[in-house]
Amino acid sequence: MKLRAIILISIMAVLDGLLSVWMAQQSYSWFPPQASAEAKLYDQLFSIFVGLGTFIWVGVMVPIFYSLIFHRAAKYDASDGPAIAGSTTLEVIWTLIPVVIVLSLSLVSYRTYDKMGTQGPETLVHLHAPHLMESAYAEPVEREPEEPASVETNPVESVDVTAKQWAWVFHYPEQDVTSTELHLPVDRRVRLVLRSEDVLHGFYVPAFRVKQDVVPNHTIDFEFTPTRTGTYRLRDSMYSGAYFAANQSNVVVQSPQGYQQWLAMAASQTPQPAYNQAADEYSQNNNNVAVRGWKRVVPAPPPVVNYAPRYAEEPESSDDPENHLEG
Amino acid sequence: MANISLEPTPSISAQPYPGAPDNWRRFFTFSTDHKVIGIQYIVTSFFFFLVGGTFAMIMRGELITPDADLVDRTVYNALFTMHGSVMLFLWTFPVLVGIGNYLVPLMIGARDMAFPRLNAVSFWMIPIVGILMMVSFLVPGGASQSGWWAYPPVSIQNPTGNLINGQFLWLLAVALSGISSIMGAVNFVTTIFKMRAPGMTWFRTPAFVWSVLAAQLIQLYGLPVLTAGAVMLLSDLSFGTSFFAPERGGNPILYQHFFWFYSHPAVYVMVLPAFGMFSEILPVHARKPLFGYRVVAVSSILITLISGVVWVHHMYASATPGWMRMLFMVTTMLVAVPSGIKVFAWVATIWGGKIRLTTPMLFALGGIINWVFAGVTGIFLGSVPIDIHVNNTYFVVGHFHYVLYGVIVFGIFGGIYHWFPKITGRMYYEGLGKLHFVLTFAGTFLIFLPMHPLGLMGMPRRVASYDPEFAYWNVVASLGGFLLGMATLPFILNMVSAWIRGEPAGNNPWRAYGLEWLTSSPPPVENFEEIPTVISPPYGYGQDQPLIATNEHQEATQVP
Repeated sequence: MKLRAIILISIMAVLDGLLSVWMAQQSYSWFPPQASAEAKLYDQLFSIFVGLGTFIWVGVMVPIFYSLIFHRAAKYDASDGPAIAGSTTLEVIWTLIPVVIVLSLSLVSYRTYDKMGTQGPETLVHLHAPHLMESAYAEPVEREPEEPASVETNPVESVDVTAKQWAWVFHYPEQDVTSTELHLPVDRRVRLVLRSEDVLHGFYVPAFRVKQDVVPNHTIDFEFTPTRTGTYRLRDSMYSGAYFAANQSNVVVQSPQGYQQWLAMAASQTPQPAYNQAADEYSQNNNNVAVRGWKRVVPAPPPVVNYAPRYAEEPESSDDPENHLEG
Repeated sequence: MANISLEPTPSISAQPYPGAPDNWRRFFTFSTDHKVIGIQYIVTSFFFFLVGGTFAMIMRGELITPDADLVDRTVYNALFTMHGSVMLFLWTFPVLVGIGNYLVPLMIGARDMAFPRLNAVSFWMIPIVGILMMVSFLVPGGASQSGWWAYPPVSIQNPTGNLINGQFLWLLAVALSGISSIMGAVNFVTTIFKMRAPGMTWFRTPAFVWSVLAAQLIQLYGLPVLTAGAVMLLSDLSFGTSFFAPERGGNPILYQHFFWFYSHPAVYVMVLPAFGMFSEILPVHARKPLFGYRVVAVSSILITLISGVVWVHHMYASATPGWMRMLFMVTTMLVAVPSGIKVFAWVATIWGGKIRLTTPMLFALGGIINWVFAGVTGIFLGSVPIDIHVNNTYFVVGHFHYVLYGVIVFGIFGGIYHWFPKITGRMYYEGLGKLHFVLTFAGTFLIFLPMHPLGLMGMPRRVASYDPEFAYWNVVASLGGFLLGMATLPFILNMVSAWIRGEPAGNNPWRAYGLEWLTSSPPPVENFEEIPTVISPPYGYGQDQPLIATNEHQEATQVP
């Protein structure tokens, strides 16, 4: 009987393990494109969590459903089950194993966070953790071997980011170019200097798997490395008031040449007011909804920039600008 | 099998003070009977559950299409703010206080709560909180639109410039609710410490009472902080102080600490009583003692302790330094240990039992199944790098709705069904109850599961409009939301009709152990003819000892 139980449990554990491995592999497909070095690390870590989570979930569900099927009381059976009040051995085991699991997960997470090295607001809060969170800028991260070595040797590209109700403005200090679309070179460490003019905002690019709140009166440095060309969505992730949901923009990751050409092209443009969805909706007085709203904070005037994406120049077209995003 | 054919104590129908009404009217008076107050809490908060649910269904109606086309953005923002506020401050907290109010004195063999008048005052503040919240929709500028966190600076922007605005009323309501809950916590903690029946040592106290104690201790240490934060925010909003206002030199991040220091443990204030109800329901309907009862009881207190040092996990993407993120990652993950202990104990409790899938049992099992899933995603969120991508996305929304609806509301429903025969003396309709369970479980799955992939894809929470790539899962979630809303109808029908004309249930229809099952149904004023003496631990199912505590007590009280 005992042998049979051991064999059964072992078979279940193996099946559970196979299912978990399968889920862990599936988890890579649940995300937007993997467009940064951080995203790669992120997806690996997430996969570990998914595998372990599946193993635990199935491991708990199987005995529950086994009981529900095989340990039901017969219709007229008024008797009690066995009076088993506990088992010290079992209780110690199921306390210690979770302790080990969560501590290991913390360690793995810490390592990933260290490698991602997104420069958090360390400088801002003036709290020092000498070893812990050095940015990858100061101390190059260990890259996967297949990644180009040039990632590390290239200088960092620095861009000023201003968030406001409700617009994103990007300023390239060297060329003194402003844009409502964030253009970045591929395979280079990027440092954003995040500032807010009014309330909290959140800089969030799902394809990069990075996020940082933008705080008024604070300057926050934030770093990551785009590794895939394309157009990605940038979203405000920290609720910022009436037109929060419309406070989005695009990130265009380009080849170094394309990026330089874009900078040169943008520098030659005279600054013009860009299309701004919040200001546009506000000026239309919300005629297109069933239930009218209340008085709200007046959106900032459309930002005046050298470069704004093409669709923005024809706001009167019925086309929703959000439809232009790349998948 | 133990002998549990028990005679009830004779019913006393008199009210604690002369002239008090003895019929339904007593629910509209300043009654000091903990059972009346318990029902007042439960019914009032259930009304607000329907209000909050209506808000949710309007939101799901807006989100069934990508554009903001059903309600104006400001209205949507008010809806999600008030959905969260109503569901927490007017449904989950008060309904659990109501259930605790009804059950704790009965379970520990007390005649009432320690401070009956304070108890009534705590309750009567809830309708005031509700009125303030509802009235805020009617003031110029509309109800609060800053989310239930009310993070400054958005919460202190006040576009109308009026002194009386939605945010002002909201803060007033939250502060009042905090005061009500602090008074309730003082009452519960005193009652549990001081009024347990003779012989009821700590390890003879039911797990539900332990969990209520653990939850109310959190209220005591945490709520003053939130209430202070709300008062500071109110003076920033209305009187020009500069605690949090950045343009006047305040620090908005400080508010986040104030807010989450309480508001994360608040989740445990809500989930612990649900855990307690699982621990009560499972042994009864599986006819087995609660496995590892002592460890389960103590793990509640462990959760109380650990939950005091996890709040920064809501602020990983905020302006927090790296060391703080790492420290709180470890503490957050450690919460999984006592939570896991409970899950394993529940599984071991039903293992090999004589399981009956009654409605309360179904809700308890459903709640546990949801909890394992929500607990796993909770560990994901505890990890700093994982959280940084999904923070403030629908992944988080899915996670905490799995906890709040899938676990806590399931626990509440399970508890209400389980103790319904005790509270009313009548039996609910099992068929309607099972229908309610099936619809609720399906609805919960359909609305909240799709939120996880949405979050992984990068859909932020609190958005009135979204990119078309998110449409598919949002349609599924909206349909699930409408189903979940409709799932409440069989519950209401069941409760109302069974209370009016259900079959008499007898005093102990489940043949359950516990002091509350020894008295009549519904229990008389002051609960017990004579305070019982407890001589053994709870959950004595299947034990052959003829003299369990309840029998002993029964023999003693049968003499008169």
